Amino acid sequence: MPKDGGIGASVVRREDTRFLKGKGRYTDDMNRPGQTYAYILRSSLAHATLNNIDTAAASAAPGVIRVFTGADITAAELGGVPCGWQITDKHGEPMKEPAHPILAVGKVRHVGDPIAVVVAETYDEARDAAELIDIDMTDLAAVVDMRTAETSGNQVHEEAPDNVCYDWELGDKEGTDAAFANAHHVTTLEFINNRLVANPMEPRCAIGEYDENDDNYTLYTTSQNPHVIRLLMGAFVLSIPEHKLRVYAPDVGGGFGSKIYHYAEEAFVTWASKEIRRPIKWTADRSEAFISDAHGRDHVTKAELALDAEGKFLGLRADTYANMGAYLSTFAPCVPTWLHATLLAGQYTTPMVHARVRAMFTNTVPVDAYRGAGRPEATYLLERIINKAAQEMGLDQAEIRRRNFIRTFPYDTPVALQYDTGDYDATLNAVMETADYAGFEARRAESASRGKLRGIGLSCYIEACGIAPSALVGALGARAGLYEAATIRVNPTGSVSVMTGAHSHGQGHETTFAQVVSDALGIPADQIDIIHGDTDKIPFGMGTYGSRSLAVGGSAIVKAVDKVVAKGKKIAAHLLEAAESDIIFEDGQYKVAGTDKAKAFAEVSLAAYVPHNYPIDEIEPGLEETAFYDPKNFTYPAGSYLCEVEVDPETGKVEIVAMTASDDFGNIVNPMIVEGQVHGGLAQGIGQALLENCAYDEHGQLVSGSFMDYAMPLAVDLPNFVVETVEGTPCTHNPLGVKGCGEAGAIGSPPALINAVVDAIKGYGIDHIDMPATPLNVWTAIQNASAKQAAE
Amino acid sequence: MYAFDLARPADLASAVTSLQTEGAQALSGGQTLIPVLKQRLSQPSVLVDLSGIDSMKGIRRAGEFLIIGGGTTHGTVAGSAEVASAIPAIASLASKIGDPQVRNRGTIGGSVANNDPAACYPSAVIALGATVETNKREIAAEDFFQGLYTTSLEEGEIVTAVKFPIPVAATYQKFEQPASRFSLTSVFLAKMGDGSVRVGVTGAGADGVFRHAGLEAALSADFSAAAVDGVAVDAGMMSNDLHATPEYRAHLVKVMTKRAIAALS
Repeated sequence: MPKDGGIGASVVRREDTRFLKGKGRYTDDMNRPGQTYAYILRSSLAHATLNNIDTAAASAAPGVIRVFTGADITAAELGGVPCGWQITDKHGEPMKEPAHPILAVGKVRHVGDPIAVVVAETYDEARDAAELIDIDMTDLAAVVDMRTAETSGNQVHEEAPDNVCYDWELGDKEGTDAAFANAHHVTTLEFINNRLVANPMEPRCAIGEYDENDDNYTLYTTSQNPHVIRLLMGAFVLSIPEHKLRVYAPDVGGGFGSKIYHYAEEAFVTWASKEIRRPIKWTADRSEAFISDAHGRDHVTKAELALDAEGKFLGLRADTYANMGAYLSTFAPCVPTWLHATLLAGQYTTPMVHARVRAMFTNTVPVDAYRGAGRPEATYLLERIINKAAQEMGLDQAEIRRRNFIRTFPYDTPVALQYDTGDYDATLNAVMETADYAGFEARRAESASRGKLRGIGLSCYIEACGIAPSALVGALGARAGLYEAATIRVNPTGSVSVMTGAHSHGQGHETTFAQVVSDALGIPADQIDIIHGDTDKIPFGMGTYGSRSLAVGGSAIVKAVDKVVAKGKKIAAHLLEAAESDIIFEDGQYKVAGTDKAKAFAEVSLAAYVPHNYPIDEIEPGLEETAFYDPKNFTYPAGSYLCEVEVDPETGKVEIVAMTASDDFGNIVNPMIVEGQVHGGLAQGIGQALLENCAYDEHGQLVSGSFMDYAMPLAVDLPNFVVETVEGTPCTHNPLGVKGCGEAGAIGSPPALINAVVDAIKGYGIDHIDMPATPLNVWTAIQNASAKQAAE
Repeated sequence: MYAFDLARPADLASAVTSLQTEGAQALSGGQTLIPVLKQRLSQPSVLVDLSGIDSMKGIRRAGEFLIIGGGTTHGTVAGSAEVASAIPAIASLASKIGDPQVRNRGTIGGSVANNDPAACYPSAVIALGATVETNKREIAAEDFFQGLYTTSLEEGEIVTAVKFPIPVAATYQKFEQPASRFSLTSVFLAKMGDGSVRVGVTGAGADGVFRHAGLEAALSADFSAAAVDGVAVDAGMMSNDLHATPEYRAHLVKVMTKRAIAALS
């Protein structure tokens, strides 16, 4: 049994008290003395030359302080928005990395590209004045479809011929070709991984404030990683040294990846606040979020799987186009490469894998990581083509996977990863048992009696989390380390302040991290505060993404706690007049082994700050320790998901009857929060598979630019999830044995759902349907297949 | 939104007076108008808020008619015992509009006056042959709806009530657009006292809500799913968007009609 409030307990989330009362403190809730408001005039065209911008009337409008255009940015010699990752292409050349100006210069490259900013006394005055800006543009043909971007003859950037950012590959091409030459069966699947809009509840917001007295800047912003923003913006855009720049991300209302990146608006308000000597606030509305937040996914792939007669995988080929959008967002280049192709072994012993990825520039909003980031794309590819192969070879979808599971660890994949541990049979067995896989045919028959087509779909995912070993990612092109930092400040009377670089914006860190520290120090969780989000308070941090917070940030906390305890032992040895080697620390007590002599944690803390009786010759007063933790490897959460659907053949509507998730997350600190994370991931995965579709027309206009046309999952669309975690295989290389759970639901569920839909309608001869499986798409697939069957 | 003045009349006469101001615009539940204003797609000088006019609210039965005040919210209609006993299909229709927040603000008068091609109410109004009552006159359903977002209402004219003949039986079969949850293609089917069957279709038509003469004739003669199979529904008159092709909408008209028949059988 877990200790009260310690590791393993489903402690209620302490942060929810303020969230549920509407008392969260978000960036837009903040207002600074003398604050002004920015309205950003954005391009309504996808691709056009900017001939002239006449701001005279706007500048003279009521309340307007100043109107800025790209010319002001150029004159100030500011840098562009930087990219955090450099990919080296298959010829050894660096990727094409065109400039990403803060405000458009010469050309606009997507609907939403910022052209001018009006700063005024009120938001309405800024918006009114923006209507007076006269822009002379010449419309250019837009590059929209990445599959034809190479040959379209239109250039998004002069620096990127044929709109190719990079043409990259991973794996043994000759070996893979040989595997295909010897195959008994080859399955081919061409598919899209649909483009998504993250749509966190809170739109982005930024306030820039310049303090003339100290020549300091503060940026209040909706960020998942304030230190990374400080680094990128300070060093690459505005040339402000870190000690003069504070970045503070208070409560953040969801991110899902879209708030990792450094955005132009942040740099603008920070810089311009000095220009006008007043704070500037910018807050996006929902329509603006649709055309200015980085989008997610958007791959088109041709995959091939080579199998022997028994269904053993011999080789996998994947050829992917990945849409970068108009500019490179912070992490964009690494998503379809090192976060995608490296996961193409999945849970399987496939000996040969070769992946080619072409990243393309188009006249669309930049695309970057979205919950799962590359790993959902890899899982979808594998888990769909495996089901298609099973369908073609007449094998059961669970059996074909069992024949290929990795069962010895550590395991070196052919695509650059080493899995430290795992037990894929355990999660597959568990999900089949819980979801009553064996009884499915009876349920299918019952559905058929009601005119419904029932299908069942399996997906076995693996992901690489705990991002990431710095030396490794440095070799792969990352321009920063990916460790995490923590400070444990033990206050004189024994309460503890924990400063962590892992920002919390829905994950529940304030609860979970307190549990970890409570468990380690043997003090109640209410004696522990978790502080995050402010670069002035936290030593450093790489932030929250890639299910890394507990595995990396939590490990940094554990390391800092270890240092505190080590120092405490020296103090206790002195107080207890014992040898340091005889001091043990357990249940919040420093004890002399084998005796009843002990000092409480708080007594030792007090001695550290009131060092009247203290080993002052050996150690300094005070009790505060900082640790940086750099992971040795990724962590590898894995699991099996089963989805059951009923398809209405008359309307094409898919109803999810059941969604069962069985995950191995290693050790678990707070089971309730883990279950909640999986629920959220499932909702977003189901959203992608069933509903969400970010669609552009041929002119680069966003057709699904509001919730009237972009379908978000609602509670009514979702079944009661059954979520279970197996007694897992703890991570072997971090001190908590944890793996990460934030993205699993969004990774495992889309292929399970589509596999279920295909299983339901396979009687028409259908072996694939692209996401999202909307009523129109399913009905159309049935119509086309029926017409084909009739013709045959 | 742009700045505007707000008038909150307590009676119909004051509202009519306020609406004579140049650029005045009536506001009922605001479920369409407020988002339009927020996007700066409209710039009224005065918003005349009708929600304070008590005479426009309420539900009553008068002989063979059910009369619903123009300012009555969907939530009130959905929960009304009077509606449930007279025309339960209308209570069901109202309960399927939007979410609780929308239903507690949106009104029947606002819905029919806006005539959104994907709105639910217009299908019931035309299928039942209702009368739209305004501060000036009574307008037959057939004359009221004039195409997308267009009605025969004159400048400053206010929908005070909708008067529904009570059918023998009726049902509303809604198929939702996946994003907005408005009607993608929905059918309101009514069996009237004279033995006729009337079919109102919303969400599908390129020109907005319509009655389908072919389906009505076939079902008046033979109230069965088989009768639907024999009717041609022309895809050429259906709208086309991200969520449905004209062919799919034409198909759904028949599917929803059959479901309506099943619901009444």
